[in-house]
Amino acid sequence: MGEHALGSVMTSLPHDAVELAVDLGGVAMANPITTASGCFASGAEIDRFWDVNQLGALVVKSITLEPREGLPTPRMHETPSGMLNAIGLQNPGIDRWIANDLAWLRERGVTTIASVAGKSVHDYAEVTRRLQEAGGVAALEINLSCPNVEHRGLVFACSAPDSAEVMAAVRAETDRPLFAKLTSDVTDIVAIAGACLEAGATGLSLINTLLGMAIDPWTGKPRIHNTYGGLSGPAIRPVAIRNVHQVHQAFPQVPIIGMGGVRKVEDVIEFIRAGATAVAIGTAGFAEPFLGRDLIEELRGWLADRGVRKVSELRGAVEPW
Amino acid sequence: MTVLSAGEVRGREHGPVQAMGVVVSVERRGAYWHLRIEAPVLASRSEPGQFVEIKVDKRGAILRRPFSIATADEGVIEVVFDAHGLGTYALADLEPGATVDLVGPLGVAYTEPEGGLSLLVGGGYGVAPLGFLAGRLAARGLAAVAIVGAATKARLPDTAALEAGVAQLVVTTDDGSLGVQGLVTDAMPAVLAERQVAQVYACGPMPMLAAVGAAAEEAGLTAQLAVEEHMACGVGICWTCVIPVRDGDDVRMRRACIDGPVFDAAAIAWESTRWGPS
Repeated sequence: MGEHALGSVMTSLPHDAVELAVDLGGVAMANPITTASGCFASGAEIDRFWDVNQLGALVVKSITLEPREGLPTPRMHETPSGMLNAIGLQNPGIDRWIANDLAWLRERGVTTIASVAGKSVHDYAEVTRRLQEAGGVAALEINLSCPNVEHRGLVFACSAPDSAEVMAAVRAETDRPLFAKLTSDVTDIVAIAGACLEAGATGLSLINTLLGMAIDPWTGKPRIHNTYGGLSGPAIRPVAIRNVHQVHQAFPQVPIIGMGGVRKVEDVIEFIRAGATAVAIGTAGFAEPFLGRDLIEELRGWLADRGVRKVSELRGAVEPW
Repeated sequence: MTVLSAGEVRGREHGPVQAMGVVVSVERRGAYWHLRIEAPVLASRSEPGQFVEIKVDKRGAILRRPFSIATADEGVIEVVFDAHGLGTYALADLEPGATVDLVGPLGVAYTEPEGGLSLLVGGGYGVAPLGFLAGRLAARGLAAVAIVGAATKARLPDTAALEAGVAQLVVTTDDGSLGVQGLVTDAMPAVLAERQVAQVYACGPMPMLAAVGAAAEEAGLTAQLAVEEHMACGVGICWTCVIPVRDGDDVRMRRACIDGPVFDAAAIAWESTRWGPS
């Protein structure tokens, strides 16, 4: 039995003896549970059910320089253990977001990670500059998985130089920790991650949705208006775990926000063992509005029952066969 | 993910809750299923036009299914549905006493009128929230008439709850197998000519809602429409269920789940939808 194989000798701990706090590249999180961008809006909707400032951090829906109304409907289609979506980055634009959403998040004392999206390097830099000026965000997540209109609609995160160019531009505008949100739809995610880190990223958010498509066999139409959409949910979890593991193996000191199909406490443990420092809930939170709060308590109980004093002890703890 | 026990409720003092309801009855009436669930807190907060998200206990199904609340009396809510997919088949299979995981009530309810005669227009099982509304109006002594339509006699919903609250019910079928032959909008002119209708409420398929809204506008009446759109969360966080709504000269994509499902007909930019005139 390896050092971190649980189940051989288990001495349970009282729940309050478990240390859930983690340091996410300079962001002090009370626990490792956070939200996947685009799956939690900016928090107020779920705050109708419970105090969202209990989250270790809240990663908000991506913000762009100008307001965007997004794509026509249908925007969503459920697939076996998954969901396809194409929203088109609908958001109020950075200025209104700062005035309304960020003001609310600050008032509620939420550890906020702003997600930045853009069509050009300039957009990313300008949004970042305005966030830096406004203050009140703990970190920024740079959503590199949007189409880059300056480069023929390619996705920034599919190219190491494009990703690095964006990361360098935003690094120049802020002193906050920066997380690059990457897609798994690439040949070598480690190379993209490395380029982002070299350009100034503090850490990485892994993974964005996988590009997918579904067609109605009767009408012949794509199930969603945009033809292609991002696949999320339990269906993609093994892909996400593999990506987190590969990147953590390559850059063991770098903080990773792991996400993709997290629904149960065991899924949180799986991401932490793969190498995540923080774990984000996404699609499962659509069906379970209390999921974030539940996972914080369940994680504490799960670790206490198995005698794990600090959640960080399990980070990267994959035992060899 | 915590599983609640039967009767357990969590949430705040006001607004939506998560509740583990208990099935009172599952009954097929004609083409549609009527599911009654005991959920006292959720029921006591429910208003006509609001909806409930029901968890589907099927492997591979990850999202809840939204249903308009058809009644919310004495601690029991009722939903009406057509069994046509994984989720609705699973709900039709429920037995009395089974637990059902609910989130609700969700969304903006119909704004009830100050007075005047209300015309309620429903298509298929879209009649569900209108029965709830008719009951509320009747309790306040407010007059209402209704038009209910379906493709054919067999697709007409149970209208007992609606009939109890309205002075007149006109039935339409596309094929003329019962009532007036044609669409609900074909029956509207006669009702509007005979009576002093003050406002219109509707629920049903989107093409029907577009037509009802247009007919109401032509008659100079406001219409409140309870819309539907593919919805992942029902609570306002996924941004999938948007409806184009006019805001001055602009069109904004508003969430059916939290800004709706009830919208003023005149505000909906149908030309920007897949149901509107192209």
